[in-house]
Amino acid sequence: MNKRAVFKSWWLPILFALPQLLLIFFFFYWPATSVLTWAFSLEPAFGGAGDRLFVGWDNFRDVFADREYWQSVALSLVFAFTATALSMFIAFVLAICVDRQLKGSGIFRFFYIWPYAIAAPAVGLAFRFIFAPESGLIAIVNTWSPDLWNPAKFGSHAMILVIICFAWKWIGYNFIFMTAGLQSIPRSLIEASSMDGSGPVRRAIDLQIPLLAPTLFFLLVLNLTESFVGPDTYGIVDLTTEGGPNGATNVMVYRIVSEAFQGLNYSGAASQSLILIGLIMVFTFIQFRFVERRVHYK
Amino acid sequence: MKHLGVKFAAMALALGLGVTPALAEKVKFEFWHGLSGDLGERVKETCDKFNASQSDYEIVCTSQNGYPETIQNAIAAYRAKKNPAIVQVFDVGTLDLMLSGAYIPAKKLMEDNGYKIDWDNYFGGIARYYADSKGVLNSFPFNSSTAMFYYNIDAFTKAGIDGAPQTWEDVEADARKLKSAGFDCPLGFSFDSWATVEQFSAIHNQPIATKNNGYDGLDTELVFNKTKVVDQLTFFKKMTDEGLFQVKTAQLGMDVVPAFASQTCQMIQSSVADHGTIGKTIKPGTKWAVTMLPVWKGTERKNSLVGGASLWVLKNRPEAEYKGAAAFLNFIAQPDMVEWWSTVTGYIPVTKTGFDAMKANGFYEKPQFAGREKAIESLTYTPAGDLTRGIRVGGFPQIRKEISNAMEGIFFGKMTVQAGLDQAVERGNAIIRRFEKTYAGQTLN
Repeated sequence: MNKRAVFKSWWLPILFALPQLLLIFFFFYWPATSVLTWAFSLEPAFGGAGDRLFVGWDNFRDVFADREYWQSVALSLVFAFTATALSMFIAFVLAICVDRQLKGSGIFRFFYIWPYAIAAPAVGLAFRFIFAPESGLIAIVNTWSPDLWNPAKFGSHAMILVIICFAWKWIGYNFIFMTAGLQSIPRSLIEASSMDGSGPVRRAIDLQIPLLAPTLFFLLVLNLTESFVGPDTYGIVDLTTEGGPNGATNVMVYRIVSEAFQGLNYSGAASQSLILIGLIMVFTFIQFRFVERRVHYK
Repeated sequence: MKHLGVKFAAMALALGLGVTPALAEKVKFEFWHGLSGDLGERVKETCDKFNASQSDYEIVCTSQNGYPETIQNAIAAYRAKKNPAIVQVFDVGTLDLMLSGAYIPAKKLMEDNGYKIDWDNYFGGIARYYADSKGVLNSFPFNSSTAMFYYNIDAFTKAGIDGAPQTWEDVEADARKLKSAGFDCPLGFSFDSWATVEQFSAIHNQPIATKNNGYDGLDTELVFNKTKVVDQLTFFKKMTDEGLFQVKTAQLGMDVVPAFASQTCQMIQSSVADHGTIGKTIKPGTKWAVTMLPVWKGTERKNSLVGGASLWVLKNRPEAEYKGAAAFLNFIAQPDMVEWWSTVTGYIPVTKTGFDAMKANGFYEKPQFAGREKAIESLTYTPAGDLTRGIRVGGFPQIRKEISNAMEGIFFGKMTVQAGLDQAVERGNAIIRRFEKTYAGQTLN
């Protein structure tokens, strides 16, 4: 039988959790209830509507009837999956290289985590200057062939630009967790498989990925959620493409913020955020239900 | 650091820590504005001048670093009943304020506090943008501008062109000459609807929306997909395809103003407020000038629309603060202040006496300011008519975005001009209908 310490009093744990609970209440649940009331009414910007403007499901109907909304959902999915895959893949390759103690690993391990420390708007601004098709560093490719790279003109290029920005920033974050995870894999296992003649790729696929599965799963959930709804996505889109050209990078979170605060359409934005919260819940549920089954913690 | 300070001040205010004038006999009140950088400094100077001019009131000026931010923060503060007494709101936010019920009309404020303002002294084109249907001002015109046509005289001379283009036919001919003289970008333009759609419609006397551009009711509908705007964009598209006009946006790497200042493009349409910036950034010695926006040959030109922002006085403040606010608004409406403000910023003087004082002082003859009087000429070309007093359409910032989206589709995508404008009108009308429902039962007074 395991020995367990059982705390009988119920108020002590609550007392300890209280600061956190209050924070969540004031900064999450309370705002969320406002969003709920706005989503079912037509809220004038300066307030003062009262019950008069209760409109039931009208706001949601408007959102669902909007062709551009569904385009925005599709764009968000493309963005979230591609950006997550890219940043996790590159971070994994870098982590494996550092773990193999190649030359200069110590220095690279130090530098690779830097991008994560930079605020997303700053990343966006820097990338905008680097990738500006006419005056950026990349402008040279357009002298080889006009419009080879033009995110201001082509939606696909713009999407690539925001994905690169996001991935670049999140590689650092993923890298930390993956390096830590790789370090906890016993050396002897790696050495044994090397002696059996397996190369780095085979070792990565057969040994390191399965053993790293819990970390990878955690990062997958986090990256997908962050790229889908995170402030980083908003900051990057806002400073590089502003949702354009012609709505090609108008992802859901950017759409919501710009509609609410630039368009002063609080109600439309509120109903969209409720839908987004719902989507995230479904998303996370699917991940835990179907992906986590394949993850072995011990 | 400055930004942090501003944010902290706003936060402290939101928490109610900021505004307890302990034992001070001076009445303190807040003024939030959206100008930053050089223009922000000039606002601060205005406030300092007011504080030095009298000893009863103290105005505290806070920049919110941008027009949209200012209205957003003012809304949040108003909802929390911690709003400033005076707030600067940009032109297209006018209708949101008018219907908010959150302000004290300019005329009422001044009358209640015993100031006599000569309301007719404001230029009609400016005043009517901010006035109700009877012509009574709701807010104070503060920083006003209009769209102008900039051209590079050196390039014109080199291409053998004499004088400013008056018509779009001239612009086309000049663009061809510039192109054959080796200038890569004769005219640069962006997807900003202000000059290309709104100002163009006004000076050609074309409606942007029904019900006199929304002045006669919230049940207005956009119509710019059926007016000369279609021809204008078709013309732009044709010129762009021939390489005579070029798109210049920040996303491409350079907006129209830097494109002109760096002499990449030889002609642009932009606000007169950029006159100072261009003067400061263009290579010294370059000859350039501004003129009124061109019209199509045979058009009876009308006045252009005013842009910029006005000052609104919000409710929920103690009575004493309103006395201070009235004193401040009276102070900045004096001719010498109007003159000073216009000189240091590049905005146009909003009153006739201010303009006359500047003319008398020889302001417009100084080389660095020459041409700015054309903005007044453009604004007062005809008395403000039904289609040229402004645009009173709900959710207009969003509609502008729809227009620039459509222009992206037209100039970069596969959309035809008509399809693009139809899309912008359809989506814009949906925004207006929602706005109408939100303010159902309210009428424009």
